[in-house]
Amino acid sequence: MGSFIARRSAQSLIALVGLVVAVFFLARLTGDPTNLYLPIDASVEAREEFRAKYGFDDPLIVQFGRFLGDLGTGDLGESIRKSRPALEVVLEAMPTTLKLAGITMGLALALAIVIGSLAAYRPGGAFDRIASVISLLGASAPDFWIAISGIILFAVTLNWLPTSGMGPPIYWVMPIAVLLVRPFGLLVQVVRGAMIGALSSAYVKTARAKGVREERVIFVHALRNSMLAVITVASDQAAGLVNGAVIVETVFGFPGVGKLMIDAIIQRDFALIQASIIVTAIAIFALNILVDIAYAMLDPRIRHH
Amino acid sequence: MAIAERPAAPIPEPRGVLASALAMLWRDKLACIAAVYLLLIALCAIFGPALLGNVGTGLNLQMRNAPPGSIEQGWTFIFGADALGRPILPRIVIAAQNTLGVATAAVLTSMIIGGLLGLIAGYSGGWLAVVIMRFADIVMSFPSLLLAVVVLYVFEPRVANLVLVLAITRMPVYIRTTRAEVLEIRERMYVSAARVLGASTGRILARHIAPLVVPTLITVATLDFAFVMLAESALSFLGIGIQPPEVTWGLMVAQGRNYLSSAWWLAFFPGLAIMLTTLALNLLSGWVRLATDPEQRWRLEIKKRRHA
Repeated sequence: MGSFIARRSAQSLIALVGLVVAVFFLARLTGDPTNLYLPIDASVEAREEFRAKYGFDDPLIVQFGRFLGDLGTGDLGESIRKSRPALEVVLEAMPTTLKLAGITMGLALALAIVIGSLAAYRPGGAFDRIASVISLLGASAPDFWIAISGIILFAVTLNWLPTSGMGPPIYWVMPIAVLLVRPFGLLVQVVRGAMIGALSSAYVKTARAKGVREERVIFVHALRNSMLAVITVASDQAAGLVNGAVIVETVFGFPGVGKLMIDAIIQRDFALIQASIIVTAIAIFALNILVDIAYAMLDPRIRHH
Repeated sequence: MAIAERPAAPIPEPRGVLASALAMLWRDKLACIAAVYLLLIALCAIFGPALLGNVGTGLNLQMRNAPPGSIEQGWTFIFGADALGRPILPRIVIAAQNTLGVATAAVLTSMIIGGLLGLIAGYSGGWLAVVIMRFADIVMSFPSLLLAVVVLYVFEPRVANLVLVLAITRMPVYIRTTRAEVLEIRERMYVSAARVLGASTGRILARHIAPLVVPTLITVATLDFAFVMLAESALSFLGIGIQPPEVTWGLMVAQGRNYLSSAWWLAFFPGLAIMLTTLALNLLSGWVRLATDPEQRWRLEIKKRRHA
C-alpha cells in the first residue's frame, strides 16, 4: 500500500511541475504590467525603474530561473498590488475558501447519501421520482443564476438574508446553499445508481436471509460497497467546487482564494496569480492523494493489486 | 398514438431507424418535451438573429426596465425590457445563437481532437501514450474555470479562443473514454485478423476501431454539451467570455446583476433559459443512454406492451 501511494504521489508531482511551468509562462504572456501600474504619462526612467525593481527587464529564462530558485525556498514573490508577500496574501484567503468548500462538501455528501439511499430502496417509487427531479434540477442549474435568484428572493424581496459580504453565520447561508446545489444533484444520482446495484447483489440477499436488520443492510452492507463510486465523483466535484467558489465569492463578495485569483488575473498581479494557483493546485493534489488512500482502505482489492 | 395502439408483435415490422427512435421517444413524455424544447431553441439559434434583426438591439428609453407580463407594447416586451429599453425576449432568442454556437463548436472540437488523441494513446502505447495521459491528468485535476480564466487573459476573449479553451478543458473526458474503449477493442479477434491480413495501422484504426468508439463518444458529447454551456455562461458572467455588443445568456445575467433590487427580470429570464436548456439536455441524454443500451432498452419498450 505504501508503494501504491508513493506512485500516485509521484504522478501528482509531475502534474504539479507541469502546471507550475505552464502558469509561469502563461502569466507572462498576459502583457506588460508596467503600463497597468504606472500612469500613462510616466517617464521612461520611471518605467525602467519599475521594471528593474520587479525584475521584468531580465530575459524570460532568467526570470524563470529566479522564480524556480525562490520557489525552492518557499518564496512565491511579492504581490505588486498589495506590496506584501504573495504567499501570505493567499494563505490569508485560504481558510475562507476551505471552510466554504469543506462545509459544502460535507453537507452535500451527507444529504446525498441519505436521499440517494432512500431513493434506491424503492426504484421508481414516489420518493425516488421526487429525488430524481430535484437532483436533475440541481445538476442543471447555473450556480451564478441560483446566486442571483437567491439574492432577489431572500435578500431583496424577503429581506431575510444579507446580500453580500462576510460576517456572522447568517452571511454564510446563501453562499453555502448555492455552492451545495450542483455537487448535491450529481451525488444523489451517483449514490442512487450505486445503491441500486448493491441492493440487488447476492451479499445483500444473504444478509437479509440471515435476518440482519434492514437499516443495517442498507447503511452498512450496501453503502460501504457503493462508496467507491461516490468518492470518485466527490473528488472530481472537489476540483469543481473551486470553480463554484470563484463564482460564489465574486457574487457574494467573499474574501476567499477564488475572488483573489480573479482579481489577480484582472490586475495582472503575476506573483499573486502564481501563488494562488500553486497553493490551490497543491490543495487539490493533496485531496487526490487522500482519496486514493480512502480507496485503498475501503477496497482491499486495490491494496493488494 | 397510432404506434402505441399497434399490438406488439414478436417480430416488429421493418421500420426505419429514425421512425422507431421517434416512436420510442414519443412514449417517454418527459424526454419528448425536452426534445421539442431543444428543437425550438435550436430553431431560435439558427433563424432568430436573421428574423428579429434589430428588434433586440433597438434602444427605447421610454421602456427602460419595463416590468414583465405586459404586452401593451407588443409581444416582444412580455418578459420586460432591460436598462436601455431593449426587450428581453427577442434578446434571449438572438443570444441563443452565440450561446449554443460556442457550445456546439467547443464540444465538436474536443470530441474530435480528444477522440484522436485517445485513439493514439490506446492503440500505440509507449511514451506518446504516457504524454497524452499525463496531459489529460493535468487538465482534469485543475479547476477548469481557472484554466479558462488564465488562458482568456493571455489571448483576447474572442469567440475562437473561448471555443478552444472550453474544448481543452473537456478533452480529458474524450481521451480517457476513447483510450479505454480502444484498449479493449484492439484485442478482439477481428482486429488481430485484420492485422494478420496486412492491414495498415491507419486502416485498422479508421475502419475497424473508430466505428465502434464513435457511438460512445456521441453519448458522452450529448452529456457534455450541457456542461460546456454552463461553463461558457459562467465565463461570460464573469466578464471574460464573449464581450458586448455580442450577447449570450450568461452575459445578459451579468448585465442584469446591477439592477437586482429594481428590475429582477433582467437577470432572471436569461438564467432561466440556461437552466431549462441544460435540464432538457440532461433529460434527453439520459434517454439516449437508455435507448442506445441494449441491456436497458426494455425499460423504454416495456410500456408499449402495456398499451397493447
